[in-house]
This record gives sequence, C-alpha cells and structure tokens, in this order.
Amino acid sequence: MKRYSALSLFREGLNDQKGWQAAWRNPEPKSEYEVIIIGGGGHGLATAYYLAKEHGITNVAVLEKAWIGGGNTGRNTTVIRSNYFFRESAEFYDFSVKLYEGLSKELNYNIMFSQRGMWNIAQDRHGLEMLRRAANAMGLNGVPAEFHTETEVRRRIPLLNDAPRFPILAGLLQSRGGTARHDAVAWGYARGADARGIDIIQNCEVTGFDIKNGQIQGVKTSKGNIKAKKVALAVAGHTSVLAELAGFRLPIISYALQACVSEPVKPVLDTVVMAMGTGVYISQSDKGELVFGGGIDHYPSYAQRGNLPVMEHTAAGIVDMFPQFSRMRFLRQWAGIVDVMYDSTPVVGKSPIDGMYLNCGWGTGGFKAIPAGGFCFAHTIAQDEPHHLVTPFNLKRFETGALIDEATGAGIAH
Amino acid sequence: MLQINCPYCGPRSEVEFRCGGESHIKRPGPPEDVSDAEWSEYLFFRKNPKGIHFERWLHRFGCGRWFNIARDTVSHEVLHEYAIDMPAPTIIEKTK
Ligand SMILES: Cc1cc2nc3c(=O)[nH]c(=O)nc-3n(C[C@H](O)[C@H](O)[C@H](O)COP(=O)(O)OP(=O)(O)OC[C@H]3O[C@@H](n4cnc5c(N)ncnc54)[C@H](O)[C@@H]3O)c2cc1C
Ligand SMILES: [Zn+2]
Repeated sequence: MKRYSALSLFREGLNDQKGWQAAWRNPEPKSEYEVIIIGGGGHGLATAYYLAKEHGITNVAVLEKAWIGGGNTGRNTTVIRSNYFFRESAEFYDFSVKLYEGLSKELNYNIMFSQRGMWNIAQDRHGLEMLRRAANAMGLNGVPAEFHTETEVRRRIPLLNDAPRFPILAGLLQSRGGTARHDAVAWGYARGADARGIDIIQNCEVTGFDIKNGQIQGVKTSKGNIKAKKVALAVAGHTSVLAELAGFRLPIISYALQACVSEPVKPVLDTVVMAMGTGVYISQSDKGELVFGGGIDHYPSYAQRGNLPVMEHTAAGIVDMFPQFSRMRFLRQWAGIVDVMYDSTPVVGKSPIDGMYLNCGWGTGGFKAIPAGGFCFAHTIAQDEPHHLVTPFNLKRFETGALIDEATGAGIAH
Repeated sequence: MLQINCPYCGPRSEVEFRCGGESHIKRPGPPEDVSDAEWSEYLFFRKNPKGIHFERWLHRFGCGRWFNIARDTVSHEVLHEYAIDMPAPTIIEKTK
C-alpha cells in the first residue's frame, strides 16, 4: 500500500495524477477462508481491518452483494456523538468517538472528522427536563456535555428562528460530537484491510448457509460456495433475511430512514442541530449542502426510498427552526434500510448457530459506532467471546430482561 | 404515499392510519406454563420479511378500527385488506 501524504499529493500533481494505485484489489473468492464477513458496510470493513490488525487474522473475506459502502454507511447523515443515557451505551459509543478522533491517522486516510459540536435543543418543559437529566447522566458516565439556556444557544447558533412555533428553551452541547465523511470511513477501512491481505469481494451476494449439526460450515453465494468455520453478519437492514436463511429469527424490524441534501451554499451553519420538538436535525457538509433528516418511515420496508409524509414533516421541522432555508431547493433525497431493535440497542455477539456471529441492530445510529463496532466485533470473532464493551449487547437480553432502552433513555433519534 | 382501503370506510390516504406491525401472533398461555424463552419470542422476535408481510393497521384518524393488510415490503403494494379476525390469505407472489 502506497501511503498518502502531502508530498505524494504534490508529486502526483506534477505527474498528471498518473501514479496513484487502486486503493484495494478486486480478487475472486477463494474456496475457503478462516473468517467470512457478510456485508461491506462500515461495520463489516472495520471488523475486517481490526481482525487483521489486532488479532493477526488475515485469511478473511468480506462479501458485499453490491458495492462497498453502498448501504447505510454511504446513505447516512454522518452525525457522530456519544450522548447516551445508560452506562453500557455511553462507554461503548464514547470509545467509538475516541477511535474516530485518531482514525484519519490510523488509516492514513482523511475521513474528515470535524468535531463541530452536536446540539440537542429543548422546545418544551419536558424536553428541558430531558436535557437536564441527559446532562447529569452524561456527567456520571464521564462524557463531557454543556447545558446552556436560550440566550447562549442563540448566541452560538445565530441563525435560529426568532419566533419558532416550538420555542427554544435550552440546549445540550456535546462539543466532541460532529460529522465525518461517510464514504471515506468505508474506503479507509477497506484500504487498510486489503493492505493486510484481506479479500474484499464486491458483487457477491450471500444466498444461503451450509450448517451441519448447528455449526456453520460455509456460505452459498452468487459466486459459488465458500467454506469457513466462522461467519460474521454485518448486513444492517437485511439481518432478518439472512437469519431466516440460517433458520432463526431476531427482534429486529427493518424500516426506511430518509435523508436529503439541499443545493450547496456558502457556510451558514457550523454545528449539528437537533430539534427535540420536531425530531429533525441538520448540519452543513463541507461541500456546502445542508444535510438533514428526521425519524423513520412509519411501516416496515425494504425499499431504499422514503415516503412523502415523513419527508414533508422533516422539511417542515427544518423550516420552523431555520425559516431562511425555506427557499432552498432539494438536491437529492434517499433512504436506507435500518435495522431497528426493540430496545434501540445493537447486538454484537453470538448467534444461535455455532461459529456464526451477529453485528446488527444499529438502527438509525450506527455510523458513529463503526470504529468501536468493528473493533469489538473482531475481538468477539477472534476470541469466540464478546469484547467486554459489547457483553451487554447480547441477544439473550430479550429473555433475561436486561434491555438497554435508549429510545426512552436518551430519546435517540439517529 | 400509500392509499389504503379501510374495510369499513373505503380508500383513504396513508396519513390517516397507523401500522401496528406483524399480525397473527398468538399469545402463549396459560401464563404459568410459559417459559422466559417463549415470552421473549412472543414479545420481541418477528419475521420481518422482505416480501409479503401480513400486518395490522389502525384507521386512527377515521373509524378507529383495526384490520389486517397484506403488503409487499419492497414495492409497498397493498395486496389485500381483510378483517382483524380473519386468517392470513394465501397470496401467490407476483413476479414482475
Ligand atoms: C438516512 C440515514 C441517516 C443516518 N444517519 C446517521 C447518523 O447521522 N449518525 C449515525 O451514527 N448513524 C446514522 N445512520 C445509521 C447508519 O448509517 C447505520 O447504522 C450504519 O451505517 C450501519 O452500518 P453497517 O455496516 O452495519 O450497514 P451497511 O452500511 O448498510 O452495510 C451492510 C451491507 O451489507 C450488504 N448486504 C446485505 N445483504 C447482503 C447479502 N445477502 N450478501 C452480501 N452483502 C449483503 C449491503 O449491500 C450493505 O452494503 C443513518 C442511516 C440512514 C439510512
Ligand atoms: Zn376506517
């Protein structure tokens, strides 16, 4: 792997950009691997990277049915934060933020992590109390957060509507939160994994499993059968589909989550703002587009497109907060299929099949989790034992009752 | 936007309704005979199919009644509406 540097940029500038090499190979699958990872999104690729880097396991294939990063990883609004309520979540997501802080260097790939801060805005008395409670919970969990009243919120975000339908009462700021370039996260991990000898195989759909006596033997794919004693699922909204092929069910429902971007404009918004009154959020990309989203569509879906009522509600919420934006045009709108867990907490751990591992249930908020998810999942696969940060994220919790309900805890929206 | 045919009120727009998730789930019982694993399966585990889904809907801002629909989760096409106490219809999947 040729390292990227300021010098290499300069040199290629003089060289008509002809000396760059492909960031990863395009291999055909071998007949057998030590580990097969299904799904070339951020979680699958990060898992591959850490399997090689932390555990020296390089006889690994990542099988992606389309192109890497083309799922939710390349469709999300890239908000990174760790403002969770329960200790289990806070520890895990804060570890992820820390990994993000060093990721460009770690991968020698600019993921453009910009810690521009993440604001939650309270718009009624209950929201205000939620924010105070969140500030305390975060403090107890060792995650720094700042509570500010209306005057300070307005000083920091001058663009806010003077008289919105839902008043602005207070804000909670996680200043280490922010955004990153989603494609770069997928590509950076892919390049790092490939450089360590891992095969990334695109256009290779897993269509079935070979299971004997409850133990995984391999997978069936559109490129033929491939053997492996360890198979790891990281397929987000399609986890139930693959689980059905393996003969078990999961506490997951797949929904479409939409987002959109406006035409690009000059810098107007230098932070991420989430309005609790309407459940919508917005930031501005480095290209100048306003990136915004809201809640999930209202019924189960595997269609990667959103429906109009939710989109309308989202746009209305944005305009209430920033009326100036009402005259801007949509450039693109899209949706990803998110894997929503009953308690809004993921599963990273073992499945009912021996040798088959699960990384799923990230729902509307797993981009921020990619580094830690990959790190802990790699550990889980290599050691056949969950990493301590994901031990609470097991499947058994639905039987024992040890749910980690972040939907009510942190009111998570994305 | 979906148009849903409420069996009681006729065709109405999607925003009048609320989706109540998978239908035809039978509550296990009697309670004292139900294991934790069975409760868990009943409460949380779902088919979540890519394809035809039999689901409950409520005509919330209409007659207020529950009914079932069969809907394709990929095309979103509503194939069938039927009463809440009716068994799931047999549907031959359309191939496009
Ligand atoms: C609109 C939107 C906004 C979001 N905003 C945020 C946000 O601001 N912050 C945040 O933290 N999170 C956000 N998320 C959530 C986040 O995008 C996801 O949780 C995260 O990207 C999941 O990563 P993944 O690798 O698990 O899944 P994906 O990136 O979806 O990867 C799964 C891959 O598996 C592949 N696959 C599926 N089936 C098969 C098969 N049979 N064989 C082979 N491959 C298969 C798919 O093609 C896909 O590439 C958002 C999501 C959406 C849709
Ligand atoms: Zn009705």
